[in-house]
Amino acid sequence: MTRAALGALFGHWRRSPLQLVMLLAGLALATALWSGVQALNSEARSAYARAASLLGEAELARLEATAGGGVALEDFAALRRAGWQVSPVLEGRAELGGQRVTVLGIDPLSAPPQGAAGTALAVADPVAFLRAPWLGFAHPQTVSELSDPGFEILPSAAVPVGTVMVDIGLAQTLLGGLARPDRLLIHPDQPATLPPLSEIAPGLQRIDPGAEDDLAALTGSFHLNLTAFGLLSFAVGLFIVHSAVGLAFEQRRTMLRTLRALGLPLRRLVGLMAAELLVLALLAGLVGLALGYAVAAALLPDVAASLRGLYGAPVPGTLRFDPLWALAGLGMALGGALLAGGQSLWQMWRMPVLAPAQPRAWAVASARTLRWQGAAAVALAGVALALALTGEGLVAGFILLGALLLSAALAVPPVLAGIVALAGRGARGPLAQWVWADARQQLPRLQLALMALMLALAANIGVSTMVGSFRATFIGWLDQRLVAEAYVTARDEAEAAALRAFLKPRVEAILPVWRAEATVAGHPALVYGTRDHASYRDHWPLLAAGADPWDRLAEGRGVLVNEQLARRADLWPGAEVDLPAAGRFQVVGVYSDYGNPRGQVMLGLDQFVQAYPDAPRLQHALRLPVAEVPALLAEVQDRFAIPSTLMSDQASAKALSLTIFERTFAVTRALNVLTLSVAALALFATLATLSGMRLVQLAPLWALGLTRRRLAVLDAARTLALAALTALLALPVGVLLAQVLLAVINVQAFGWRLPLMLFPGDWARLIGWALLASAAAALLPALRLARSAPGDLLRGFSAER
Amino acid sequence: MPQPALTVAHLVKTFATGEGVLRVLDDVSLQLDAGQSLALTGESGSGKSTLLHICAGLEPADSGQVHVAGQAVTGASDSARAALRRGAVGLIFQQFNLIPSLTVGGNLAFQARLAGRHDPAQVSALAHRLGLEALLTRYPEQLSGGQQQRVAVGRCLAARPALVLADEPTGNLDEATGDAVLDLLLEVAADAGAALLLVTHSPRLAARCGARIHLRAGRLEAP
Ligand SMILES: Nc1ncnc2c1ncn2[C@@H]1O[C@H](COP(=O)(O)OP(=O)(O)OP(=O)(O)O)[C@@H](O)[C@H]1O
Ligand SMILES: [Mg+2]
Repeated sequence: MTRAALGALFGHWRRSPLQLVMLLAGLALATALWSGVQALNSEARSAYARAASLLGEAELARLEATAGGGVALEDFAALRRAGWQVSPVLEGRAELGGQRVTVLGIDPLSAPPQGAAGTALAVADPVAFLRAPWLGFAHPQTVSELSDPGFEILPSAAVPVGTVMVDIGLAQTLLGGLARPDRLLIHPDQPATLPPLSEIAPGLQRIDPGAEDDLAALTGSFHLNLTAFGLLSFAVGLFIVHSAVGLAFEQRRTMLRTLRALGLPLRRLVGLMAAELLVLALLAGLVGLALGYAVAAALLPDVAASLRGLYGAPVPGTLRFDPLWALAGLGMALGGALLAGGQSLWQMWRMPVLAPAQPRAWAVASARTLRWQGAAAVALAGVALALALTGEGLVAGFILLGALLLSAALAVPPVLAGIVALAGRGARGPLAQWVWADARQQLPRLQLALMALMLALAANIGVSTMVGSFRATFIGWLDQRLVAEAYVTARDEAEAAALRAFLKPRVEAILPVWRAEATVAGHPALVYGTRDHASYRDHWPLLAAGADPWDRLAEGRGVLVNEQLARRADLWPGAEVDLPAAGRFQVVGVYSDYGNPRGQVMLGLDQFVQAYPDAPRLQHALRLPVAEVPALLAEVQDRFAIPSTLMSDQASAKALSLTIFERTFAVTRALNVLTLSVAALALFATLATLSGMRLVQLAPLWALGLTRRRLAVLDAARTLALAALTALLALPVGVLLAQVLLAVINVQAFGWRLPLMLFPGDWARLIGWALLASAAAALLPALRLARSAPGDLLRGFSAER
Repeated sequence: MPQPALTVAHLVKTFATGEGVLRVLDDVSLQLDAGQSLALTGESGSGKSTLLHICAGLEPADSGQVHVAGQAVTGASDSARAALRRGAVGLIFQQFNLIPSLTVGGNLAFQARLAGRHDPAQVSALAHRLGLEALLTRYPEQLSGGQQQRVAVGRCLAARPALVLADEPTGNLDEATGDAVLDLLLEVAADAGAALLLVTHSPRLAARCGARIHLRAGRLEAP
């Protein structure tokens, strides 16, 4: 009995292979996009873990200065004298050989044996590592990317990608002279009796391994963004599955009724259908995994580059296979298939044996569904509004995003039905009226595909608006921020003084870039000493300012803070802030500081020198005519033998920042294109599977004297009109989405807010593409109709419907 | 002398089937004048529907000619045949073939509007005669079979075609309802001066038409 029933059930797929292909493709694509994103995430996470194991920091406790600003030399010396076995580490970002890299300075003599650093060091002469002309280690991939770093760098797989491991002495020079180690690693085996930390170095605190580090917190938001994208694509893919399963059920309704009338128990029938669904899901899931792996492998280089560029996260550009990931992906495929097919199975479970073979009364059922959808859309829009007004935190931001998108998707059918009804009322000729009335009746069958299209388009518009706003703001901001034509860093104070004397007659202005680490309002931050100069007054990008901010900064009566710090610590113009060692100041302005995760404070130069006398005064920004920059830098190099890594011109600094952001955007763009393609496929799947039924519906019109070609054109036009209306609806939703991304998600994830800019040209192009995709999706069924044999249409007059 | 509504001359139609060529119509000729009604009977599979489809230009013939109201059907282009169906032919099938997305009122007026002969007064008079006045705002799926077929009859006649082709229009209805619908069809068609070719299995219904012919082995013969 079971075999006979299975034969009957599977016969359906044999007769409509296209439907089967769509079901499998939808699920495979959904799984591919989801698991591709997951592969990227897990690859990045395992790279972070590997990085932590370089110095064995996953297991080792460490000491850091409670107030921030690095470990003082006296504290380190006191600890060593008291018998503590500790090893200093200095880590920072620097430009080296044309790349931004993480410079990791270690003391090879005291480094704990837990880490993988020892394996790297073992291959080289330890003395060469310790002194000039210096020796460093980096991942083979990084070694190949660096051009002329100024000293020898040996490849070692033990070092994370994007990191250059050097002696701590060299690291201090490379990092612009910030002399202090930022942490001390504590050896696991210490002498039996140790004086407590509070007695020897009260300014230090012990941090146990496992505490969440900065990198995880920073990159977390990036991964959350990727996950959200993956989930959206998965949802769009499920729309396809849902509509394919629903149609297959609809078309087999008569047969199911017959099977039951012939004595097949309902339980068995539902079980068979569920099993059929699971087998198909397994198949599609396997294909999806393979595709997902390919997607991840294709995107990983860009993702890795942006993670490295943005946060210095050590992610290599190659992918490995993880069986756990594969299992999770298959689980998603199975779960998704059950979710998408559940409604059909449930309907079947409740269908009486003698249910009418005719498809249910669409007109009546759809009116109720439309009301329900409209109500849900309004309710969700309310949730989104409430969250927008009161919600806080990244999770609330993403719930807001989800509620907004779902509400918009649910609103599509009722809004379209309204528009179509209005258009029908306004239509004149009998054909035009029929086209609109028919469109209204087709809506319930097409609505899932249209919702998917709407989601994909809105996401596209939202993300491209965000990216466009970001890029425009960022480029403008770079022009303002990188106002100096060149930057030069000396290796020690004596050299810095000589450099200043040398440069003074040769440039228009020397702007010191002197900074000190400090904890400001409970957040780690950098304090910069700022000279009073027109470069700042004329160009510095202020977001908010009190009266005469630059005068008050110069007079030592106020400070400027960056947007990140202002938002985190609620420091807006008028607020007061305590700077360690410098005193209490009023905030007189807030400036934008994109791409920088840390807080910053600008303090008048005199106050800075007074408060932080030990801060290194090595880095300088120079103002001079652009054309003179290369000659000047060459002269400085000849005269002082300063390595090229310590000098840069504005153009290269800007180009570097831009490439990092371009690669981040490349990832988003690729995901955008994939999501849109899935939506186009959903539309095509629905239209293609519907086209069989469509023939029967159109046969009477053909008999009434309309040519097949005319009917095909009308049918395609109807699909295009619905797609165009959906695209128009997606426009405001996309802009709203961009606003949420810019004003809520970005602020929560990165700490800065961007102005919304509109790009009608981009939208026009996107909608054009969407219409082209819809036209392509409508073409095949239309051709099928135009070329249909009279016999196919005549069958409609005798077949039971 | 007015033109005949339908002339069929030496019509041949074959189908290629698995068991060889099937000669469904073999030199069929007939003529039907305006206002006349003709019943076509024959066993199942004898080719009645095929003949009707060829007359309506829905299916091509192998050879022979068909003219509707003086215009050639056979040999005409796809769009010319479609235009002929819009303007001169009314079709009624066993399956009612109403347009599901239009109301009863919309369906009734639809063909007349396509033909450019819509006359609201005439449509409402037809609706009255067919007993459909109370149902004008309903959708086809909300009607009974007899009601649906009455709408199909109304839709066809509202366009005032020269020729009505009806293929077992009462086959799906019970006897009483079928009789009522057929009465209306004959009456309204005669009033409009339309010629009617009616395919039926029932000798009782056939007897109510002006003339009868029988299709056997691809040839017409007297019943
Ligand atoms: N497209 C086709 N291909 C092959 N054979 C066909 C096709 N259409 C009809 N036939 C055959 O032509 C013959 C006539 O069919 P037709 O539908 O005209 O019969 P009918 O007289 O209308 O029968 P019924 O009274 O059952 O409606 C049948 O034997 C049928 O099998
Ligand atoms: Mg027949």
